Amino acid sequence: MRFRLRAAAIDTVASRRELFDGGAGGYASFEGWVRDHNEGRAVKGLEYEAYAELAIKEGDLIVAEALQRFPIKHALCIHRTGELAIGELAVWVGVSSAHRGEAFDACRYIIDELKHRVPIWKKEHYRNGDSGWVNCERCAAAGAHAHEHADDHVL
Amino acid sequence: MRPPPVYGLVLAGGASSRMRRDKAALVYAGATQLERVYALLRRHVNPVFVSARAAQADEPTRAGKPLILDDPALTGVEREPCAGGPILGLRSALARFPNVAWFVLACDLPFLDDAALAQLLAARDPVRVATAFRSVHDGLPEPLCAIWEPAAAPLLAAHQAAGNNCPRKFLIRADALLIDPANRRALDNVNTPEEYAQAQQLLGANGDAHTMQLKIHYYAMMREQAGRSEETLETVATTPAAVYAQLQARYGFTLGRDQLKVAVNSEFSDWTRTLRPDDALVFIPPVAGG
Repeated sequence: MRFRLRAAAIDTVASRRELFDGGAGGYASFEGWVRDHNEGRAVKGLEYEAYAELAIKEGDLIVAEALQRFPIKHALCIHRTGELAIGELAVWVGVSSAHRGEAFDACRYIIDELKHRVPIWKKEHYRNGDSGWVNCERCAAAGAHAHEHADDHVL
Repeated sequence: MRPPPVYGLVLAGGASSRMRRDKAALVYAGATQLERVYALLRRHVNPVFVSARAAQADEPTRAGKPLILDDPALTGVEREPCAGGPILGLRSALARFPNVAWFVLACDLPFLDDAALAQLLAARDPVRVATAFRSVHDGLPEPLCAIWEPAAAPLLAAHQAAGNNCPRKFLIRADALLIDPANRRALDNVNTPEEYAQAQQLLGANGDAHTMQLKIHYYAMMREQAGRSEETLETVATTPAAVYAQLQARYGFTLGRDQLKVAVNSEFSDWTRTLRPDDALVFIPPVAGG
């Protein structure tokens, strides 16, 4: 699988090694980290929950799309589940290719599509003791707008 | 030789002891169960009679219907009311019209539908003693939703003469054709007040009995609001949209359907797809990976 869920820390060194290719002149990666604030609120930690079966299916489809759209060698995406502390790695995307341009483009394509399509949810725990599901609470309050409005939390 | 014609017989002579109320008079979607079963049979066979004990002949639920009253003489001895059981009702009908097969229906099967009756009639083998459904629960014959041929009359008489009143035991040993019901819920019976309350809920306002089981899995905000991560849902809903409406009413989900996506069997689906029994549904609130 070119999209994986991990309940423990992502090993970026081993994952990067999976992308090596004699024809690749470069490699680009993206790391999403847990940030200590969101929308003006102090965040102390968060948890990710995934609908694993469909998340893996949809995530794999996104990586396959990237391999088709861009002339790249290999691509891999790994997403965390469970509880994460500030600064921890939440998601990792790696792409190897002959030239740097398409590696950057494919990397961006994968993370952008993932945020809108893969059934993974994030619950933020705030410093004041509150918590909330990102994109859901506001959505429920507003009574409108859906998936298209996923906010750029780690980007 | 042409097979004997099929008449209908609604069994309404029971004591309803576990229900503590007359099962024929229970109301589903505004109609008594006797009315519902009678109308159901009338759509498939003609004429249809109601089997009752003499003491029940004037009850409002039964009065006005063509009745076949239990004939105590058939049992050989005078017995307490209802000691002859459904076999006596059936024997009384077979005695009154000796060259007729009887489509027998009990009054405690509220989920029976036209499809089930049509299935049994199509499968009927008039050379056998009876054609009946095989229970999905225990594999045994269901004697009270069955077609009984005239040849059963002397065999049933011998069965009762030997002191047996159980029609199921009779069918287990008899040369009966048993078929599996296409709708697994069609023969679920209702014997207690609790089962009645549940059946009323399942049958809903229009009395349609086409329920099915679905598996629902909940994630994230939906899981917290439902207070569970999965459940098996017995429902009359046939689309994801209808299922969500039912569950939103039950759990008070704060998200509207337009804010969700839905997956059926781990694939994204549209809301109007026709669901099948045992489909697995997940309602997907706005995602937030990355």
